[in-house]
Amino acid sequence: MRHGRYPLIVSFLLPPLVLYGVFVLSPYLQAFQISTTDWLGYSAQADPVGMANFRTLLHDGYVWNALKNNAILLALVPVLTIALGLFFATMLTMGGRKGRAGVSGVRGTSIYRLVYFFPQVLSVVIIALLWKEIYHPNSGLLNGTLRALGLPAPTWLGDPRFAFWCVLAVMVWSNVGFYVVLFGAAMQAIPRDIYEAVMLDGASRAVMLRKITIPLLWDTVQVAWIYLAIAALDGFILVQLMTNGGPNFSSDVIGMRMYDTAFGSETKFGYASAIGVVMFFLTLSVAVLALRAARRDRIEYS
Amino acid sequence: MNRRDILRRTAAAGLLATPAAGLLAGCATSGGGDDKGDAGTYKGTKSEQNPLGVKEDAPLEVVIFNGGFGEEYAKAHEAMYKEKYPKAEIKHSATQEINKTLQPRFVDGTPPDVVNNSGAGQIDPNGLVSQNALADLGELLAAPSLDQPGKSVKDTLLPGAVDVGSYDGKFLVMNYTYTVYGIWYSTKLFAERNWQYAKTWDEHIALCKQIKAAGIAPWTYAGQHPRYMSWPLISTAIKFGGPSVATAIDNLEPNAWKSDAMKAAADAWYQIVKDKYILDGSPGLDHKQSQTAWCQGKAAFISCGSWLESEQKDVTPAGFNMTVAPTPSLGSGDKLPFEAIRGTAGEPFIVPAKAKNVAGGLEYLRVMLSKKGAQDFTKKVASLTVVAGTTEGVELPFGLSTVVKALEASGSNGFNWVYNNYYRKLERNLVDAACGEFFSGRSTPAEFLDQCQKGADSIAQDSSIKKYKRAA
Repeated sequence: MRHGRYPLIVSFLLPPLVLYGVFVLSPYLQAFQISTTDWLGYSAQADPVGMANFRTLLHDGYVWNALKNNAILLALVPVLTIALGLFFATMLTMGGRKGRAGVSGVRGTSIYRLVYFFPQVLSVVIIALLWKEIYHPNSGLLNGTLRALGLPAPTWLGDPRFAFWCVLAVMVWSNVGFYVVLFGAAMQAIPRDIYEAVMLDGASRAVMLRKITIPLLWDTVQVAWIYLAIAALDGFILVQLMTNGGPNFSSDVIGMRMYDTAFGSETKFGYASAIGVVMFFLTLSVAVLALRAARRDRIEYS
Repeated sequence: MNRRDILRRTAAAGLLATPAAGLLAGCATSGGGDDKGDAGTYKGTKSEQNPLGVKEDAPLEVVIFNGGFGEEYAKAHEAMYKEKYPKAEIKHSATQEINKTLQPRFVDGTPPDVVNNSGAGQIDPNGLVSQNALADLGELLAAPSLDQPGKSVKDTLLPGAVDVGSYDGKFLVMNYTYTVYGIWYSTKLFAERNWQYAKTWDEHIALCKQIKAAGIAPWTYAGQHPRYMSWPLISTAIKFGGPSVATAIDNLEPNAWKSDAMKAAADAWYQIVKDKYILDGSPGLDHKQSQTAWCQGKAAFISCGSWLESEQKDVTPAGFNMTVAPTPSLGSGDKLPFEAIRGTAGEPFIVPAKAKNVAGGLEYLRVMLSKKGAQDFTKKVASLTVVAGTTEGVELPFGLSTVVKALEASGSNGFNWVYNNYYRKLERNLVDAACGEFFSGRSTPAEFLDQCQKGADSIAQDSSIKKYKRAA
């Protein structure tokens, strides 16, 4: 057996590693190098300017404004998504009232599970366009409903007080479904007898969720946290399609700044790469911090 | 110093002395070579028949922006080129993403011969100009027209056509269409209600009051691209204070946005905001949504360029008959008459400096600027070209015929500004944001002009952006 092993491993590992190197690592490295130049993107001329791009960045009010929005996303999107995801998943797996002794979901669980997953099937672009129409100030679903109820109908995406929160809501909406399914699947793996035991001891559903379910789901929640934190630092597609960062930069995010600097209103590829490098380190540190903060002992069912 | 030197130095410094350096050298910015010389480019001998020196069997590559005008018109132009040079192989392609498709080829030094640099994915013209990526089209202007004997190409163009594509006196971008910017309304709606388009601002406000009383919103605008509203506002200022208002803005002069004319115009336009003459919800609409609301008769006026008619073709009700009109005069003190309207060349075509077949590219533009080429374009896409007098004998749709009339009435009083071409970011980002605040009622005229001025100052102070001067 030993003889054939290395050629086999190498022949399986090498092609993906080479592809990864060429298409992932080398662009990363190049972005670092380009970020120290004044490259304007349409000629081979790129003079090194050292850290000048990063110094400009420190004093760029638009970048800070975008970072502030990303910070809000980072603080809210994972919390809201995970809270909603856990709530719905709990309802679907153990929310049922029927037969108080057993553990079952609410009526129609399988339908709900399917419906929650819908947004995950749609492409993000479709989601953005769909919600843009829902938020339409005059003929949108949302304002139609509000008017029918006799409530005031704001301009949503056209109002700097609301635009950013509208995008945030869509971000949570489009992510929740996936985590409902993920948490739901993880809950299925928790042995039923644990629940039955605490129920006999008279634990309420809230206590069950807090003391049993969440601790046993911790690994999954942690993974969700990291994914969502990374998604919150991006948010580019929704913002670009729904508001283009406006009105008056109120819904700007850092990815939008980078895109606009290179491909939008300017062609400053050097500066855009510097923004990209900052984004890279931010994402990396957020991921590491999230892993650290959420570290706990692993529980194994025996 | 070029990219290779950087790489060599960094590698020498041991920073990239890993196998990755080999990979790096093969990618992104390493292509091209700055001193390629004339090897590999196509050149023919110049003669009376061939003033640009086209090599008759040289292949020609044309990339078209596949937007509102489609690509059929370009295929017709290519066929005309082919007719003249049957041995030439023409490679045609069309895309909506000009910048993303072509950026690597510009870096690599192998760009196509003709590029229709237009649309949302347009390459920032300033970026191309400041990197010397564009061929000088001066030779084309001096060449004789293809089918108007005794005239040079320049002689056949409408006034202002050369200005727009000129950077520091060099003609680098050929803008093919002639676009008029004004205020649009439906002739049908106005006839039914017995309304008259107002020639002065006071009458305009009175008319707005009347329209609002009739249950229709007087105005709507593209809230997500509010710069559309900067056009009538700046036009009002220029008509009030004369063309120097525009020159000052274009040349980033200190406090150009806070000139007395701009103040008067902003104060005047603030009236439609204050009196709520704008369709509710407009700040949340994009250009298509607002134009559609206007076509549905929910609003009476909208600010747009003359592409509006073809853009709205699918949703305009029959008999709507859209008409373009100049902005109302502020008063009798206006330096320009009411008829003066903003007309400018649009739809940019470029010949990259590093194209293999520069002469062929110029010749292709000469074909486009021939009377035959221009007439064919107007017929196919219902838009004017920069070639004068090509609408004779062509049946125009209603809106376009009002554009022609407005242009004739405006005559030599027509005006334009070019800061949006020089500094794309200033209009697209900064003035845009300021207009959004102003026309949704969140800022006052003074705050609006302040915000625009701050934007202009930030461009003026940014040493990484090349500056241009517009001749007065």
